Amino acid sequence: MDTLDLARWQFAITTVYHFFFVPVTISLVAITAGLQTAWYRTGKDKYLRLTKFYGKLFLINIAMGVVTGLVQEFQFGMNWSDYSRFVGDVFGAPLALEGLLAFFLESTFIGLWIFGWDRLPKRIHLACIWMVVLGTQLSAYFILAANSWMQNPVGFRYNADRGRAELTDIWAVLTNKVVLVTYPHTIFAAFMVGGAFVAGVAIWHLVRRPGVDTGAFRTALRLGAVIVIAAGAGVALSGDQQGKVMTEVQPMKMAAAEALYESEKPASFSIFTVGTLDGSREIYSVKVPYLLSFLATGHFEGEVQGINPLQHAYEQLYGPGSYKPNIPLTYWTFRLMIGVGMASAGLAVLLLWATRRGRAPNRLLVWLALPLPLLPLFANVFGWVFTETGRQPWLVFGLLPTSAGVSPGTTSSEVLTSLIGFTVLYGVLAVVESKLMFRTIRGGLAGTSPEPEPDGPDNADKPLSFAY
Amino acid sequence: MELTTVWFVIIAGLWIGYFVLEGFDFGVGILLRVLGRDEPERRAVITTIGPVWDGNEVWLIVAGAMTFAAFPEWYATLFSGFYLPLFVILVALILRGVALEYRGKRDDLVWRSRMDWLITIGSMLPAVLWGLIFANLVRGVPLDTSHEFVGSLGSLFSPFALLGAATVTVLFVAHGAIFLALKTTGELRRRANRLASLCGLAAAVLAVGFLGWAQGIRGDAVSVVVAGLAAVALLAGLVANKRGREGWAFVGTAVAVVFAVASLFLALFPMVMPSSLDSAWSLTTTNAASTAYTLKLLTVIAAIFTPLVMLYQGWTYWVFRQRITVEVAP
Repeated sequence: MDTLDLARWQFAITTVYHFFFVPVTISLVAITAGLQTAWYRTGKDKYLRLTKFYGKLFLINIAMGVVTGLVQEFQFGMNWSDYSRFVGDVFGAPLALEGLLAFFLESTFIGLWIFGWDRLPKRIHLACIWMVVLGTQLSAYFILAANSWMQNPVGFRYNADRGRAELTDIWAVLTNKVVLVTYPHTIFAAFMVGGAFVAGVAIWHLVRRPGVDTGAFRTALRLGAVIVIAAGAGVALSGDQQGKVMTEVQPMKMAAAEALYESEKPASFSIFTVGTLDGSREIYSVKVPYLLSFLATGHFEGEVQGINPLQHAYEQLYGPGSYKPNIPLTYWTFRLMIGVGMASAGLAVLLLWATRRGRAPNRLLVWLALPLPLLPLFANVFGWVFTETGRQPWLVFGLLPTSAGVSPGTTSSEVLTSLIGFTVLYGVLAVVESKLMFRTIRGGLAGTSPEPEPDGPDNADKPLSFAY
Repeated sequence: MELTTVWFVIIAGLWIGYFVLEGFDFGVGILLRVLGRDEPERRAVITTIGPVWDGNEVWLIVAGAMTFAAFPEWYATLFSGFYLPLFVILVALILRGVALEYRGKRDDLVWRSRMDWLITIGSMLPAVLWGLIFANLVRGVPLDTSHEFVGSLGSLFSPFALLGAATVTVLFVAHGAIFLALKTTGELRRRANRLASLCGLAAAVLAVGFLGWAQGIRGDAVSVVVAGLAAVALLAGLVANKRGREGWAFVGTAVAVVFAVASLFLALFPMVMPSSLDSAWSLTTTNAASTAYTLKLLTVIAAIFTPLVMLYQGWTYWVFRQRITVEVAP
C-alpha cells in the first residue's frame, strides 16, 4: 500500500475508534449532571449513588475519548499536511474555537468535579459538571462545523496563487446548512447511546442481583429507556432533514446510499439490493415506492438523481475520473445505521412496557436487552462511515481530492509504523477499558456514606483528601 | 504590531504556558517512583497534579490548533516533518493520560504499580522529545523550496538537539520537584526539596550550556538578555528552595521556563522554521500565515476567551491550594 492508502486507513481506524467514546461521553455526562441535579433538588440518596456510579463510568470513557482525540488533531498535520495547507485558513478557525472554548472548559471543570466533592459548596460543585456538559456540546458543534465545511464548503474564496481556500465569512461556516442538521442528528444519536447504556447496565443489575438497589436501578432503567425513545425520535426527524440537505449539496452521496444508478421520478427506497460485483448494476432488490423521493426531496413525486448521470455531470465539471464513492459500503452502512438504530429504539419501548407499574423485568427480556448498549453505538459508527466514505473521492467536496491532501514528505514506512503502533495500542486499551468498565459495572452502587459538610467554616484549612 | 507578529507572540505564549504548566506535571510524573516510596506516598504525589494535569495538557492542543489556524504552513511542515518524534509523544501522552485516570479505579497494588510505570515513562518521553524538537527548530531543519521537510530521522539527533532534550527534561524534573515540595508535607516534602536542589543545579548548568549555544546559532541582543534572565530566575528559585520558601522557588522555576522558551522564540523571529539548506527557503511569520481576515477573527476570539480560561484555570489552583498530607489509606 502507498502512503495515501495507509494514511486513509489510519484516519479511518483512529476516527472510528475515537468515536466509540465520543457519543458515550457526550450523553453520559449530561445524564450524570441530570442525576446530580435530581439529588441536589430532592436530596434522595438514590440519585447521589447513581450520580457517582454513572459518573465513574463516564470518567473511564472520557479518559479514552480525550487521549484518542489528541491523535486526531496531530494527524491532520502529520499525515495530511497538504490538506492542512489547503484548508488551514478556514478549517483552523473552528478548531481554534473548539480548543479555546470547549477543551479548556471540559478538562478544567472535570478536575474540579472529580476532586471537588468535599471541597466545593454543593451548588458550585453541581455547576462544575454542567460546565463540562456545556464544553462537550460546544466541542461537538465546532468540530461538526469543521466537518460540515468539508461536506459543503461555504464562506470562503479560492486563492489560486497560494493554492488554498481562504475564509471570507466565519458566520457562513458556523451556520452552514449541513452543520445545522448534522449537529442535532449527532447529539440525538449520542443520547441514544447514553440512554441505552444506562438502561442496559441497570437491567443487568436488576436481574443479576434482585433486591439489591432495586429502586435506584429501576429509576435508571426507565430513565435510560425514555432517553433512547425520545432521542430516537429526534434522530429520525433530524435525519430526515439531513437527507434532504445531503441530496441538495452532495447528490452523489444520496445516490450511492440508495445504489440508485439512473435518475428516478418518483424514486423508491430500496430495503435490500444485490448488485453485480463491480457495483455497476443491480440484480435484485426489495423496494418501497415513493419513499426515496420523499426522503430526498420532501415530495412523493420528486426526482432523485442517479449515479450515472451525476458521474457524467461531474466529469464535465471537474474533468475525467471517477466521482463515485464505494457504493456497496455506502449502501450498506446507510441501511445498517437506520436499521440498527430503529432496533434499539424498539427494544427501549419493549423495556419500558415490560417494567410498567412496578413490574420486574424477566430473564428473557435481559437476554434481549443485552446488546442494547451496543446497538446505537454501532449505528453511530455506521453513520460516520457512511457520511465520510460517501464524500469520497473528495476531502473537501468539489475542491480538494483526497489524493491531493496527503503529506508529500512522509514515507509509507513512517505512516505504516504509526498505523501499526496506534492500532496495537488501541487494541490493548480496548481490552483494559472494557475490563475496567465491566469491573465497575459489576461493583454496583457504592454504599451510602454520610456526605462531608463542604460548607463548614474551617474547611479551607483541612488537608486535601485523596481522590485517586 | 503587525497581525502576523501578534500571532507569533500568541503561539509563543501558548507554548510557554504549556511548558510552564505541563512542565511541572511531567516532572512530578517522572519523580513518581523516585520520591514516592510506598503506595500512600505515591497517591499523595499523584494527587498533587490530579485536578490540574488535564487542563495543563489542553495548552498543547490549543497551541496546535492555533498554529493550524494562524500559520497553516508552519503547522503542516512542523507536524509532518517531526513525524516519528510526534508519534512517540502521542503514544506516551495516551498511555500517561489513561494511567493517571485508571490508576485509582482498581484497588490492586500490582495494577497501580503498572500504572505508575506508565505515568513515569509517559511523562519522561514527551519531556525529552519536546526538548529535541525545539532544539531542532532553533537550529534549523532541511526545508526545500516549497517549505517541505526533506531531512531524515537521523538528522534530528545532533549533539545540540540531544543537549536540548537533556536540558528540558532535567529542567522539568527540577520544576516538578519544587512543585512537589510546595504541595506536600513532612518527609515527602523534605525529600522533594533536597532533590530539587540537586536537579536544579544540574538544570542550571545544562540550561546555561544549551541556551548559550542556541544564542550562538541564532539570536540577538534581546534574546541573549532574556536567556540570561532565565538563568537568573532559575538560580533565584534554587536559593528560595534552599531556604524552604517553596512558593517563591516555584515562581523562580516557572519564570525560568518562561524566559528560556521565550528566548528561543525571540531567536527564531521572524522565522518560524528556519531552513538549514537555504535561508530563503525558511518559513517565516509572513509566508506561513493565514489571511488578515482569519488572523483578525482569531485575535478577537483569543482576546475574549484567553483571559476567561486563565481565570477559571487559576481558580482551580486556588481551590486545590492546600498541601497534601500522606495518610494511611482510608
